[in-house]
Amino acid sequence: MKTFKRLKEFYWPHKHYFLWSLFFLIILTCITVAYPIILQITIDEVVMQNQYELIIYISFIFFGLMLIKGISTFSFQYLSELFGMTSVYHLRNALYHKLQVLSFKYYDNSKTGDIMSRMTADVEGFRFFLSAGFAELIRIILLIGVSLSVMFYYSIPLAVVTMLAMPFLGMIVFRFDKQVHPAFRSVRKSFGKLNTRVQENISGMNTVKSLSREDFEIGRFSSSNDDYRQNYLNTAKLWAKYFPLMEFIGNIAVVSLLGFGGYLVITERLALGELVAFFSLVWYILGPLMNLGFVVNMFSQAKASGERLIEILDREEDILENEHAIDRPIKGHVTFKNVTLQYVEDDDAALKNISFDAPPGKVIGLIGATGSGKTSITQLITRFYEAEAGEVLVDGLHVSDYKLKTLRSHIGFVLQEPFLFSTSIRENIAYGRPEVTDEQVLAAAKRAQAHDFIMKLPKGYDTLLGERGMGLSGGQKQRIAIARALCIDPSILILDDATSAVDMETEFKIQSALKEVMNGRTSFIIAHRISSIKHADEILVLDKGEIKERGNHAELLELNGIYRRIYDIQYQDREEIMETVSH
Amino acid sequence: MSNAKVEKKSYLTRFHYTVEQVIEKPFNWKQMLRLLTYLKPYSKSYLPAAIIAMLVSMIVRLTVPVLIGKVAIDIAIFNKDTSLLTWLVVLIGVLYVLNYVANTLRIRWVNKLGQNVIYDLRHHLFSHVQRLSHRFFDNRSAGSILVRILNDINSLQELFTSGIINLLMDTLTLVGIMVILFVLSPQLAIAVLIVVPIMFYISTRLRRNIRRSWQEVRINQSRMNSHLNEGIQGMRITQSFSQENENAEFFDGVNKGYFHSFRNAAKKSAYFRPFVDISDAVGTIILIAFGSYLILKGEENGGIAIGTFVTFATFTGMFWEPISRLGQMYTQLLMAMASSERIFEFLDEQPNVKEKKNAHRFDEMEGHIVFDKVQFSYDNDRIALHDISLNIKAGETIALVGHTGSGKSTIANLISRFYDPTKGSVKIDGKNLLDVELASLREKISVVLQDTFIFSGTIMENIRFGRPNASDDEVMEAAKVVGADDFIKRLSNGYFTEVEERGNILSAGERQLLSFARALLANPRIIILDEATASIDTESEIKIQKALKRLLKGRTSIIIAHRLSTIREADKIFVLENGKILESGNHRSLLDKKGKYYELVKSQFTMLDAK
Repeated sequence: MKTFKRLKEFYWPHKHYFLWSLFFLIILTCITVAYPIILQITIDEVVMQNQYELIIYISFIFFGLMLIKGISTFSFQYLSELFGMTSVYHLRNALYHKLQVLSFKYYDNSKTGDIMSRMTADVEGFRFFLSAGFAELIRIILLIGVSLSVMFYYSIPLAVVTMLAMPFLGMIVFRFDKQVHPAFRSVRKSFGKLNTRVQENISGMNTVKSLSREDFEIGRFSSSNDDYRQNYLNTAKLWAKYFPLMEFIGNIAVVSLLGFGGYLVITERLALGELVAFFSLVWYILGPLMNLGFVVNMFSQAKASGERLIEILDREEDILENEHAIDRPIKGHVTFKNVTLQYVEDDDAALKNISFDAPPGKVIGLIGATGSGKTSITQLITRFYEAEAGEVLVDGLHVSDYKLKTLRSHIGFVLQEPFLFSTSIRENIAYGRPEVTDEQVLAAAKRAQAHDFIMKLPKGYDTLLGERGMGLSGGQKQRIAIARALCIDPSILILDDATSAVDMETEFKIQSALKEVMNGRTSFIIAHRISSIKHADEILVLDKGEIKERGNHAELLELNGIYRRIYDIQYQDREEIMETVSH
Repeated sequence: MSNAKVEKKSYLTRFHYTVEQVIEKPFNWKQMLRLLTYLKPYSKSYLPAAIIAMLVSMIVRLTVPVLIGKVAIDIAIFNKDTSLLTWLVVLIGVLYVLNYVANTLRIRWVNKLGQNVIYDLRHHLFSHVQRLSHRFFDNRSAGSILVRILNDINSLQELFTSGIINLLMDTLTLVGIMVILFVLSPQLAIAVLIVVPIMFYISTRLRRNIRRSWQEVRINQSRMNSHLNEGIQGMRITQSFSQENENAEFFDGVNKGYFHSFRNAAKKSAYFRPFVDISDAVGTIILIAFGSYLILKGEENGGIAIGTFVTFATFTGMFWEPISRLGQMYTQLLMAMASSERIFEFLDEQPNVKEKKNAHRFDEMEGHIVFDKVQFSYDNDRIALHDISLNIKAGETIALVGHTGSGKSTIANLISRFYDPTKGSVKIDGKNLLDVELASLREKISVVLQDTFIFSGTIMENIRFGRPNASDDEVMEAAKVVGADDFIKRLSNGYFTEVEERGNILSAGERQLLSFARALLANPRIIILDEATASIDTESEIKIQKALKRLLKGRTSIIIAHRLSTIREADKIFVLENGKILESGNHRSLLDKKGKYYELVKSQFTMLDAK
């Protein structure tokens, strides 16, 4: 119940839809039992009493009732759907907003697939419950109640006979429900496995073909395929066991009615029409009862879905904007004072005691092995994470003193993976500042050495990129990502291994262009290749979260430490080759 | 005054998602018959068994109302014959037991039939796709192939499981009811059956309308989901460019679009039931008005007995279910048409690289590769290789150097026979590749790609992919030789650590080492290596270079080279440009030549030193 209370703000404002739909539901259910009553009257009054003149009234009343029922059915169905979808529309927007503010930390620890399933399946599950679940439960109770009353009115002994079937049916429904859900889950699970199997096979097709492992792959696929079939058949076994049984119990009730009811009619303790009415009424009771399991299950599923949604909604936002956060232009002076960062509690610190000073105009190079903390340093400047200890200052103020938007809109960040959106190249470059002119987009693209290849595409800047920027090579994507960062005219530019897939010639051109743009601004360059950072004003050599060496290229070479070692490896053949080349 | 209003940029169109719209196709007999051939293996087992079980329960369902109306009411109750009534109760009870058994068997058999057919169809499609050549995969995204093997086949599941049997059952039930009603009372039958065509009309026409509006909903939904998926994956970019509010505006638009289409569809669907109810009411009114008139007229004057009336009442209540299901069935068939068309499109695809009927096994391979005036084009207008002739001796290491698109990878692809040359021939040990069995050729060639693909499973399984029958010791030995052993042992579960393609457990360098181990385990005669350009930190780089030496030892190696160190040590270097070989020779001789190679090397170093 706590779950539904927490989510109340999304559905309760639309309660009028729900209450009206309930109103129509009550009318609708009461009219449903009109059919057997009409049959009874026709047989007992019209036929048996020979009062054919009544038929005209009966017909009109019945038709009128059915018209009302039609209107009620429509209103009930439409309003209850409206209740569900309106609530969920607001819920979905709220979830989306929340996802926008959750920090990198959240995304580090969650899988896209998992968030997606919450945003789709769980939201849908909750909608379905709001639309159909509540109402269906009320409908079942109402229908059984009204039908039973009519039955008792007609004949108490016959009603008792019908009621005898109810506990049996209830028990079977309950048992079926208990078994069918685990079975369904394993069907879904085995389908998920089949899905992974095929997906990997197709994505890794080059590997499969080059090692000619097709038969091996077919073998592995067959076992997943068979597993899916087997699981599905196990579920089918449950259907085969329970569905006919439920129908059988209903049928036995009918037979008992015929035997006992027929006897009552013969002994004139029951009218024939009443017996006929019972044949319909019995299904009005047993039918909904078979559905009860479904409703109960829907309730527990909605609860589970709701909980998963609340997990997102109530997730603590660890990067909060200061109340007095300011909004003023940033020049780009970055200072770190004894900064320590820890991603996970009790884990080794990702950064230990980092200090440096980068005034505007300075280029800082960061180098070190994978996991040494290069990326972490830059992500503290944008406040994607928060330092545990020490101070991260921009223009002398704590990063947390700025409005997030102010801070980030002055920092051009090129992340390791060049993620592009499904829109035109122009929109992708203008992503950070959608209002820029075409000239500015072009200028950014030219500096990132992207203009030439973009112009060669059939639609130029209007070329639509598919999901994840398909159709472009890694180097092209990286260049667009650089253009995107330049387009916001940043005071601080961060290139995180941003040219790894770009060939040397192009990288050189990008570097010269950047030197020009970044004059008077601060740049951070993360790289593995010495050539990418050797011109930096200061190079920080990182190892396991600590700055092991610092200085410019020449100073670092003289230190004969880590930097020298990297240099030697990368330039091992340089001397010899330079010799031959300069012949 | 209104001029002062600043125009605000709208973000409602900032992203574009393409949504596959074809959900239905017109009915096509040829295609349907082709689908039905998949039933053939079961035409003597599950299929007839399920049909018999279905017939039994249908007969019971049709008999009981007649027994109740005509015998129980008209004879037993009317004549106050309690012993006949008892007998009837017993008889109907027995019939219901029979029905119960038949239902149980029907459900079981129908599912066995359906699941086996689906299994076969999926297996057929998957195996077929495995055999298709690179050209097929070049032109399609992984997603579109996946959708066919999984979703399209699944959408046929319903058709094969219950669809076909239900079609038969519903048609027979409807016909059965009509026949019984006509036998009982032709005049009342005609009057009551008027509603059947109305119901059919509602069930097909109205439903088509509803169906279309739900299609609209699905399109909106997949657009929304595409954005969600992209939005979550690109969240870091969004936050770093502080586009949160702008994206939220876009999302609100998509969400609203979904909401409106949903509301429209829900409204149309809500119209459906009342129409059915009212046509049902018309039927009932006809029945009670005309039926009671006929009863009062008396059986002897051409009227009917009360029992007939009760039977009619039961049967008219049974019309809707089969009609409704037949309407659904029709929708299902149209959807099946779209799915099966896509499935058959793949099944009709022939591999471009075909094995000759009399192809012979490549038993022992030395690894002497000869290209004789090879020309190749991926599509007709773009020639990728012009008149290439190469002679690579067994055991040699050669390097291919050149810009993207110069034809390096194409040469490598022709050696594994992923494609066939348009002109000229490729021979290994003097055997034309067109004449040998594909598997026996590729078993002896390992291709190590730039982007190593990691399958989900343990490290052990991933390395073993190179040779599935290798023992654990052999796998570990291979890992040791390439120097992958160190980092594997450091993982939480060593060789049994679970990894996956998108997992971040392995760095780029480590993945590369894994692929070396994989290739080594396969023990090929020829190794083709596409060197990585992606960023690998320097320490890993050293390991990779060491491993490479061990891997290439004693094998013919073709390296698409980026690192100077590898190039330098190659026995022969080929410099390619626009599909032609510009120059070839070893490092020294090429530098002395002062041609393109010299320029390439020189420009790299001058660039590094420029300040």
